[in-house]
Amino acid sequence: MSQYILRRLLQLIPVFFGTTFLIYALVWAVPGDPFAGKCGQVACPPAYVEMMTAKFNLDDSIFVQYFKYLGNLFTGDWGETFNGVSVGELIGNAYPVTVRLALIAVAIEAIIGLSAGILTGLRGKGFLDNLVLMSTTFLISVPVFVTAIVLQIILGSELGIIDASVSEDATVGELIVPGIALGSLSMAYIARLTRTSIAENRHADYVRTAVAKGQPRSRVVGVHLLRNSVIPVLTFIGTDIGALMGGAIVTEGVFNINGIGGLIFRGIQNREGATVTGVVVLLVMVYLLVSLTVDLLYAVLDPRIRYD
Amino acid sequence: MRASRGFWGATAVVATAALLLTACGGGGSKEDKGSGAADANAAVSVYGTEPENTLIPANTNELGGSKALKPVFSALIGYKSDTAEPYNLMAESITTTDSKVFDIKIKKGWKFHDGTEVKAKNFVDAWNYSANGKNGMQNASFFEQIQGYDEISVKEPAVKEMSGLKVVGDHEFQVTLKGPFSVFATKIGYLAFAPLPDKFFADPEAFAKAPIGNGPLKFVSRTPNQNMKLTRYDEYQGEDKVKFKDLEVRIYTSQETAYQDLLSNRLDFMEALPPAAKAGGKYKTDLGERLVEGNLLGISALAIPYYVPGYNNLDLRKAISLAIDREQIVKTVMNDTYSPADGYVSRGIEGYRPGVCEFCKFDPVKAKEFWAKSGYTGKLTIASNADGGRKEPLVAACNSIKNALGVECDFVPATDFGQWRSIVNGRQLTGMGRSDWSADYPSIENYLNPRYKSTGSSNDSTYNSPAVDALLQQADQTADKAAAIKLYQQAEDLIAKDLPQIPVWEEKGVGGKSNRLKVAKLDFGRLADYSSIEVAAK
Repeated sequence: MSQYILRRLLQLIPVFFGTTFLIYALVWAVPGDPFAGKCGQVACPPAYVEMMTAKFNLDDSIFVQYFKYLGNLFTGDWGETFNGVSVGELIGNAYPVTVRLALIAVAIEAIIGLSAGILTGLRGKGFLDNLVLMSTTFLISVPVFVTAIVLQIILGSELGIIDASVSEDATVGELIVPGIALGSLSMAYIARLTRTSIAENRHADYVRTAVAKGQPRSRVVGVHLLRNSVIPVLTFIGTDIGALMGGAIVTEGVFNINGIGGLIFRGIQNREGATVTGVVVLLVMVYLLVSLTVDLLYAVLDPRIRYD
Repeated sequence: MRASRGFWGATAVVATAALLLTACGGGGSKEDKGSGAADANAAVSVYGTEPENTLIPANTNELGGSKALKPVFSALIGYKSDTAEPYNLMAESITTTDSKVFDIKIKKGWKFHDGTEVKAKNFVDAWNYSANGKNGMQNASFFEQIQGYDEISVKEPAVKEMSGLKVVGDHEFQVTLKGPFSVFATKIGYLAFAPLPDKFFADPEAFAKAPIGNGPLKFVSRTPNQNMKLTRYDEYQGEDKVKFKDLEVRIYTSQETAYQDLLSNRLDFMEALPPAAKAGGKYKTDLGERLVEGNLLGISALAIPYYVPGYNNLDLRKAISLAIDREQIVKTVMNDTYSPADGYVSRGIEGYRPGVCEFCKFDPVKAKEFWAKSGYTGKLTIASNADGGRKEPLVAACNSIKNALGVECDFVPATDFGQWRSIVNGRQLTGMGRSDWSADYPSIENYLNPRYKSTGSSNDSTYNSPAVDALLQQADQTADKAAAIKLYQQAEDLIAKDLPQIPVWEEKGVGGKSNRLKVAKLDFGRLADYSSIEVAAK
């Protein structure tokens, strides 16, 4: 087991270099002059362009630029944006908010998705099953930005229950509606995934055995059935956490949440290579660590899965 | 069992409902209407975007940064928000006999927010720093008329000071220009000409994080991507004092969200409206009397580059201009947020005359005649960045041309403003291109020199007319303001004959305010006129 963990951690190294280089190259190697539109209708003064070019090493080849960037990164310097703000500070401001939002979204999708999935999976065809099927189909087919904007306009502007934007503190209460918007798609997937998995395992041999042994139904469902059925769901939630950490671009934009998603969005828009690369490095780490945790949880849930 | 399953279903529903309900934070809009006095201790929030550059006056020229910096710094002159007319703000007097040497006296007793007095040398030092090529300031070229600019603006300047700047006393300094430039006294109200305290020169980088100015509001704090907070500077002596206490420039990722906040009175001021609100004139019913209309100093035109084969053809340019139905496009596509342009200068600028551009009317019959005369064949194109609502009016212009002339006309999009400007600056246009201009300071000169002088910094159509150049130069050198304006107008007349750019429309400037604000005006540079804002007392 420890060997497995070590191997997985070592795998981080090439993945780290590969992704960061790709991102760096994609951001900085795009054709066009990054200073072309910086000074409005007028071209920027040459002294300004020269200074910025030197500051961001834009005269070097992309490889040299990348290694200079990495060198700084290893000394804890995430670089600076064009407007002189340290990227480390930006990430430091944005990350707690995004983590909070992602956890709320995951909690919402796990609680609602799992309960809906378990209920329909156990009960089989009927009114509730149809209801869940319809509502999840609906949620899956609606893009996140539509969900977010509809929630914002109906609950915010029309009914006045929530504020249209999240304040600077981004408290848990404020993040619930954005969390619902963000988690709605995955919520639907989790419900469907759980339902299928439960329905499949309901007739498995080990369930029959457990029932035959006279175990109470709650134990049969809670321990035997759920434990096995939840594995695919867990995988899904695991990757979803990674995605939510970085990918809340749309939701964060709609509710004006100062998180990682917004940071990437602005970074790409303004061609701020340092910001984009910095955030992506972090996201790669989160992704890898979360999927490692999920893999390890498998072994706990199902003793048959071992990694040696 | 059945009963317990029913119970489960019910809990799920209740749980969801509870989640939704807990979300009701501090919402609820208050419908307080100001009955009388203004609340001098109120806080005001305005829509903002992340500054593009460091927060140093000479390095700030876009809206995001200007919103926070402009009220922090007071320049020598200010501009009245209604008329854009310049008045002495920090300056006691600005005198010149030849428009070449300006003697500037500043008011005594003004202080920076750190308590040090504003002296003449704070202006001179600031201008020298800003023009110095070593410091790479974006607005360095604003100082180009000053004697010695050419020596200091290079990358490794041998001098540290411009020879044209001389401190005469604590409250007096002298500016010598390279040659007479009559508009200089109007120009120095621009943010780049603000004074900087001694603290700045010790550590410019730290200063950019917490600027210290001499304006009506002082800097409190900034959270990148979140907000900038300012508060009233109580010892401020200028006439543009503010009538509220705290200002928050709240940064939004999307205009739509800000607009939702504005409608529910969580945000107090927006100087622009999102395209969704403009569509179908929705903003008029949304905002009602909360609509704020301004008088922006800017003009939209189509540049017809002389370097594109076939386009160097006066009849063609006349035909195109006459084929655009400005009135209708402004009304139907832009929902009255613009008005048709009829010259090269904005309305409201001293020296503006209606109808200077005789071919800026819609006249399909005449257009056809000129089109036939031009002998041009092939299709026409209009290029522009397609974001931010730029595309729709230009597509409409194309359609108008298509209908009037019976020629193919296509809109050619560029992905963003950066890419767009690199095409224009690189002289790579293959047809007409959008060429919008916002004046930096309210003067007829600022509409003509940068755009139509052969060496102009924003001469997108590569127009080159020795007669126009000569007139502009002569106007620059004319000390008498009225006489100078006459000369600028003569230049404008010549430009209107050559039609290097086709003026299309002028932006009115349409914003909105919350119902907390009794008064809020929009200034000519599309910023809230902070000194006009009054919050209704509760």
